[in-house]
Amino acid sequence: MRKKDTNPLHLSHFISWCHDIERAAMLPLKDGDKPVVRKLLSSGCCARCVLRFCCISVQAAYRKPPQETLEELRAFIGNTENGKSQQSASDSHDAAGSEPPGEPPMKRAKLEPVEPGAAVGGDASAVVKVEEEESSVCVACLGILQELSGPTQAVKIAERVKEGEYEFDTLVLSVSLPAQLCVREHSCWLHVKKELREKSAALAKDDVIPVKEAFKWIMQGLVAKELGGVAVVIRSLFEVSVEFTHPETEADCHFLASTCASCFKPTKNKQSVFTRMAVVKALEKISDAVFLKHYAFPPPRPSSSCVPQDVKCLHTSIFIAGRYNKFCRSLPQTPWVIDGERRMESSVEELIAAPVLLSFRAAGFNFSSSGREDVDVRTLGNGRPFAMELLNPHRSKLSREEMKHLQETINKSSDKIRVRDLQIVSREAMGRMKEGEEAKTKSYTALVWTQKAIQSQDIAFIDGIKDLTLDQKTPLRVLHRRPLAVRQRVVHRMITRYLDPHHFHLELKTQAGTYIKEFVHGDFGRTKPNMSVLLKMDTDILELDVESVDVDWPPSIPE
Amino acid sequence: MDGVEQRDTEATAPSVIDRYYTRWFRADMKGKPCEDHCILQHSNRLCVITLAETHPILQDGRAIKNINYQISNCCSRLNNKVSGKSKRGGQFLTDFAPLCRITCTDETEYTIYSCIRGRLLEVNESILETPTLLLEKPSTEGYIAVILPKFEESKRITENLLSREEFETVVSKRIVAQSQPS
Repeated sequence: MRKKDTNPLHLSHFISWCHDIERAAMLPLKDGDKPVVRKLLSSGCCARCVLRFCCISVQAAYRKPPQETLEELRAFIGNTENGKSQQSASDSHDAAGSEPPGEPPMKRAKLEPVEPGAAVGGDASAVVKVEEEESSVCVACLGILQELSGPTQAVKIAERVKEGEYEFDTLVLSVSLPAQLCVREHSCWLHVKKELREKSAALAKDDVIPVKEAFKWIMQGLVAKELGGVAVVIRSLFEVSVEFTHPETEADCHFLASTCASCFKPTKNKQSVFTRMAVVKALEKISDAVFLKHYAFPPPRPSSSCVPQDVKCLHTSIFIAGRYNKFCRSLPQTPWVIDGERRMESSVEELIAAPVLLSFRAAGFNFSSSGREDVDVRTLGNGRPFAMELLNPHRSKLSREEMKHLQETINKSSDKIRVRDLQIVSREAMGRMKEGEEAKTKSYTALVWTQKAIQSQDIAFIDGIKDLTLDQKTPLRVLHRRPLAVRQRVVHRMITRYLDPHHFHLELKTQAGTYIKEFVHGDFGRTKPNMSVLLKMDTDILELDVESVDVDWPPSIPE
Repeated sequence: MDGVEQRDTEATAPSVIDRYYTRWFRADMKGKPCEDHCILQHSNRLCVITLAETHPILQDGRAIKNINYQISNCCSRLNNKVSGKSKRGGQFLTDFAPLCRITCTDETEYTIYSCIRGRLLEVNESILETPTLLLEKPSTEGYIAVILPKFEESKRITENLLSREEFETVVSKRIVAQSQPS
């Protein structure tokens, strides 16, 4: 035992006095808690779980080595004001170790730790019991608050994070616990409640500290330290997920399916119906009496601790936007695969995505754009706005120069496409792009073929047509995957450029969603009016280019 | 725009049908001589039912008096309504389901048939207003109906149909038979 410096003016005395105060303040246990502590310790709960059921919300209490906490608890229940310490030691329900004889009661109220292996008087059987309980897995937390939380685990978690080489400022630690923990918790709570009711005290389930919260109190600081002092917060772009399973006790939940069948509907994907949510819901509904009939207290002791699954790291998605040109007439926008076989080499999205995924070290992407063009249609002018969601990027910040460099890399990689205005945007910005799809106008140039021979004056009248309304039935070429409907679309204006007796160029400015090809060839007369009708002869479209997509997003980046 | 390949003659540019559809045929539908149908199968498996050029309606300068999509007391193809992407509600047709009945001014009557199994998506209402479309443009604006075969059956429907070469062989045999005095 530490020799106390009795000179109050010495710093060391002051510090040990602070420690005493701290210790006393760390465990604000009241006399009324004693039966609870006794009951839980003898039922197989670990020290930290006992603290939880005593509603101890002092985070530091959970960070002490569990052995220390256990001994403090034993000391606490062993101590009575009337000095009946010997009596409590012989009490067979008492799991506390005995105190060194001759110690005055007041000192023990300060909860000084009893060193393991120190002279313990009293029952030999009590000592044996102590050893058993020290090595056994907690019936409430299944080991999660025992050896599964502590510096060793923090090091393991930190190692996984470092392996991923993620870029992050803060992180959030999330933990997933096996569903059966709720059942065990419920059981312990009911019995603690019963114990307290006899003393006319109340214990709401919400007052009990959840396992998850205690785990985080222990681990957040430790993980932060291992990662060089990074802030571990409640919400962050970077999530480190820890998961525990316990196959041995999975059956603990099963009785709930018979008492509350409505909570457990079988799912399509054959995963267990005993999800955490379903179990929690069933426990809310079940009456205390029915629960106690099906689930014994104390819960059965497990033979092993929970199994920690691989730590998973996830960075929230990053969004990239830009505009693309397509100069090739045999390039689809998305990969063209039929029956598992690729029908066309590459695609716009793959050509753009490849360098982007490398730069951001992302796992995957979702590509979307403000409208789409066919395989055989070029996109000229300023290009078509697009946005990409990058999934789980290991890098999340690129400077302006790095973005410029990335854009150049994309442009150098292929002459089939070109990208401009490449930039990082927010998730909300994706909505701006989609609004362009319906609302804005687009400009095209088509190469038209005529069956009969024409002269330039035969097509001159077309230039005078303004705001021509079309009734377009869903084109046959997309009717297999779109609903059958008639859509009204406006062709705002047209300009013709005569080429030869059977060909002319047609420039059009149209409402978004107008099918240009069908306007030219008529689609079996299902687009009315159409160029054939206007010229009173068969017409067909040989080539089409998109000249502009009139959406003023994303903001342009000067080159 | 880049250079155009076929600028010269009228007929060299492949038409919309040539580019995206395969022509299939059924000859002598239901045993009736020369009542040939042409089924235009799109690469997306949709089929457009049209009259083949050899069909009697298109011969001998006939004019159309009436086109009736009411094929029985309780069934009119005009009542066909499909909704949604999966085209629910469309009347399901088998090979010999009648699509419409056409009466010509010379009182000859013809029934046009589905020719394939599938869901009826639409019938051409333009020919009700303008029957001459059927005579002048039987392969395009004068189409009869659009049918969507079941996804699983889409490859098999052509088993009962003649390819263009096979059909042309059938037609040339007819011409030979006609030219031989009986």
